[in-house]
Amino acid sequence: MMMADSGSNKEVAVIVNTDITSTESENNLINTMVERGTALLRKMEINVAEAEKRTGKNTVNMQETYTVYLIEIRPAETVPEGGTPATPDTLWRRYSEFELLRTYLLVTYPYIIIPPLPEKRAEFVWHKLAADNLDPDFVERRRVGLENFLLRVASHPVLSNDKIFFLFLTEEKGWREAVLETGFQDKVDSRLKSLSAMFRVKNPDKRFTALKHYSDELNTVISQLLRVRVKVADRLYGVYKVHGNYGRVFSEWSAIEKEMGDGLQSAGHHMDTYAASIDDILEEEEHYADQLKEYLFYTDAVRSVCRKHELIQYELEMVAQDLVHKKQQKEELATGTVRIFSLKGMTSKLFGQESQEQRESRLAALQQSIQEGEETLKEKNTECHQTICRYLITFSKHEVVDRVPSLKSES
Amino acid sequence: MSGQTVPADFSGHMLDLDEDEDLEVFSKNTSLVDGSPMPNSPSSMVNQYRLEEEEEEEEEQDANARDIFVSVDNPESHVTAIETFIMYRVVTKTTRSEFDSSEFEVRRRYQDFLWLRSRLEENHPTLIVHPLPEKFVMKGMVERFNDDFIETRRKALHRFLNKIAVHPILSYSQHFKVFLTVEELMSHRKQGPGFLSRMGETVRAVANSVRGLRSRPEEFTLMQEYVDDFSNKICSVDKVTQRIIKEQREYLDELKQYSPTYSQWAESEEELAEPLRGVASCVERCGLETEEQIQHLSQVLVPALHEYVLCAETLKAVMRRRDNIQAEFEAKNEALASRRVDQEALQEEVDGLADRVELANNALKGDWSRWQNSMRTDLKTAFLSTAEKNVEYYEQCLAVWESFLLSQRAEPSEQNDGEDAS
Repeated sequence: MMMADSGSNKEVAVIVNTDITSTESENNLINTMVERGTALLRKMEINVAEAEKRTGKNTVNMQETYTVYLIEIRPAETVPEGGTPATPDTLWRRYSEFELLRTYLLVTYPYIIIPPLPEKRAEFVWHKLAADNLDPDFVERRRVGLENFLLRVASHPVLSNDKIFFLFLTEEKGWREAVLETGFQDKVDSRLKSLSAMFRVKNPDKRFTALKHYSDELNTVISQLLRVRVKVADRLYGVYKVHGNYGRVFSEWSAIEKEMGDGLQSAGHHMDTYAASIDDILEEEEHYADQLKEYLFYTDAVRSVCRKHELIQYELEMVAQDLVHKKQQKEELATGTVRIFSLKGMTSKLFGQESQEQRESRLAALQQSIQEGEETLKEKNTECHQTICRYLITFSKHEVVDRVPSLKSES
Repeated sequence: MSGQTVPADFSGHMLDLDEDEDLEVFSKNTSLVDGSPMPNSPSSMVNQYRLEEEEEEEEEQDANARDIFVSVDNPESHVTAIETFIMYRVVTKTTRSEFDSSEFEVRRRYQDFLWLRSRLEENHPTLIVHPLPEKFVMKGMVERFNDDFIETRRKALHRFLNKIAVHPILSYSQHFKVFLTVEELMSHRKQGPGFLSRMGETVRAVANSVRGLRSRPEEFTLMQEYVDDFSNKICSVDKVTQRIIKEQREYLDELKQYSPTYSQWAESEEELAEPLRGVASCVERCGLETEEQIQHLSQVLVPALHEYVLCAETLKAVMRRRDNIQAEFEAKNEALASRRVDQEALQEEVDGLADRVELANNALKGDWSRWQNSMRTDLKTAFLSTAEKNVEYYEQCLAVWESFLLSQRAEPSEQNDGEDAS
C-alpha cells in the first residue's frame, strides 16, 4: 500500500523552459491548487489490495474469464498506539472499468495530463508468459499499476475533485450508468478528430513546442531502452539456463567417479539452483520496465495535451483574425467608407441601409462576443499551461524517486 | 630403446596423495576441519579452501622434491625459403646426474614436440602420455600465427613438458633427455624406427583387433567403461562451457546498447541528467567486468577441459594398445597350441609376449591411478578458479551499483542540510 507523496507538492523548485510573465501569481495559484488538491488524500487512503479471477457472461453472451481488483478505501487518520486501523470500505473493479474512467477523464479534462493506466496488452515482452493476462506475475504487476493510477489521480489538484472519480472509488453498482449519463461519449469522437486534425499555427507557443519536443524525445529514448531491455533479458536468460546443462552433466559424471563423486553431485545441484534463479531476477526487472512504461504512456498523454493546446491556439488565431475583420467592418459601418469589397456592403447599398440603431446594436453584440471569445480562450490557455507546469515538476521528481529502488534490484 | 627395463615397484616414484577431504566447499558442512565456524562470504570461503589446498601441495612437494624443471616460452617467428613457423624456447634446470650440465636452453618447434610424444608412446605403449595441443584450430579458423593462438599453444606445450617431467617413468626417457638438451634435433629425429616399420605395427594391430580378444581382465573392462563414460562427460562439459561463452558474449553485445541510450536520455534532462549518466557509466563498468569474466573462462576453464577431452582420446588409444598386446600374445599362444613345428622357438616367443603383456598391464595399472589423481587435481583447480572468478564478477558488479546508489542517496540529505541552513 502506498500513500501518495504529498511531500513532493511542496517543491516548486524547477519550472522547465518557460519565460513566465507573472511568476508570483502563478506560484500562488499552484500553491492553492495544491492545498485544494490533497484534500481527497487527507481524507482517505486508497489501495488496490488484491486480485481475483471471475467468470461470467460478456456482452455477446459468451463465457469469459477475467480478473477483478479490490479497491480499499479507509479514512486517513492516525491510528492510536496499539489500536487497529479501521476496516476499509471495499469494492471490486475490473480493468475495463478503469479504462472507462480514464477515457471519461481524458475527454472531460482535455488540458490536463491524465495519468496512464498499466498497459492493456503486454508489449516489449521477452518471454511468452509475460504476455499472458491470466499469469499471476502479470496480474500482480497490473495491480501495482492500477494502484499507482488511482493515487496519481487522487493527488491531482483538479482531477481529485471529480465526482465520477469519487463514485468510482465508492459506488460499485450504478457507477457505469453515472459515467454514461455525463454524456462524455459524445465528446470522444470530437477529441479523436482534434488529435488527428491537420492545421498550422502561425505563432506556436515556445513553451509548448519545447514540451512536445521533450516529450517526443523521452518517448524515443524510453522505447529504445525497453527494446534493449528485452534483448538483454533474453540473452541473460540463455546464459543462466545453459548452466542447467552443467547440472545434468555433473550429476551423471558423479556416478562414475569415486573420490570426486560427492563434489560433482553438489556442484550439479548448485548449477541447477543458479539456472533457476534467473526467473525471479527477470520478474523483478519487469517492475522496473513497468515504471519506464508508465512514463512512456505519460508522453502520449502529454502529446495529446500539447495537440489540444495547439488546437486552441489555432482557434485563437482564427478568432483573432476574425476579430480584425469584424473591427474593420465596424469601422466601415461607423465611417460609411468601404475599404474592402463585401457582398453584404454592396447589397445594403443597393437595397437600402440599416437604421443607425440596428447598426449600433449589431456592433455592440459583435464587440461583446469578440471579447468573450478572447477571454475564454485566454483562460483556457493559462489553465492549460499551469497544469502542465505543475506536472513537469512532479513528473521529474517521481522519475528520480522511482528509479532508485529499481536500480538496486537491477544489480 | 629405453623404457624396456621398468622397475617392478615404483611406489617410491608415485605421488602419495591424501584422501580428498577438501570438497567441503560444495557441501553444507558448517565447520572447517579444525572445528572453527565456517566463514560467511563466498570469497572468504574460497580463500580458506585455497589455503588448505596450498598446505597440502607444500607437503607433497617436500615429500617429492623435484629435480628437474622445464619451461616453454619466447615464441619467435622463423622464416626459411620453404616455410614459416614458430620456434619456442625450452629451458631446463636439473640436478640429475644423467645430465651433463645443470642448465639447458634449446629452441623447438611444434613438430619436435610431436616427435617426442610419438617416441614416448612407442616406447611405453600402455603409459598415459599427456596429449599435445591440436595441430589446427577447428572452430573459428584462427590464423596459425595469431597471438592468442600462439600463447594458448605455448601454455599447452609448457604443460605437456611438465607432465612428462613429473612422470616417474617418462621423465627418465632417453628421448626426453635428447629433446631437452640437443641443439640440433633434426639429426636425432631421423634415427629410430622408420615410417614403414611403424606402418607395419599398425597393420598388425588392426589385424589383431579384428580377431578380437579372448577375454579381457575384469579390471580393464571396468577401465574401458570408465574411459568411455568419462570421455562423454568431459566432452559434454566442454561443449556446455563453449555454449556459455557464446551466450555470455551475445549478452554482452546487447548490454552495450544500454549505455548510449541512457546517455542520449541524459541530454534532454536537467535534474535527471547526472543520475542517468551515472547509470550509463555503471552499465559500462559491468560490461567490462563481463568481458573479463568471459576472458577468464576462455583462458582458464576451456583449455583445462579441452586438455582432458584430448586425454580421453589418449586413454582410448592406450586401452586399444593394451588390447593389441594381449591379442598378439593370444594369437601366438594359439598357434603354439596347434602347430608342432619349431615349438621351442615359438615357446620362447610366446613367453616373451606373455612377459610383455604382464609389463603392459602393470604399467597401465600403475599409471592409471596416477592419472586419475592428476585429473582430479587439474580439473578441481580449473573449476575452483572459475568459481572464484564468478564470485569476483558478481561482487564487482554489485559494488558498482551500490556505490552509485550511495551517491544518489547522499544528494537528498545534502539538499535538506542546505535548506535547513538557509
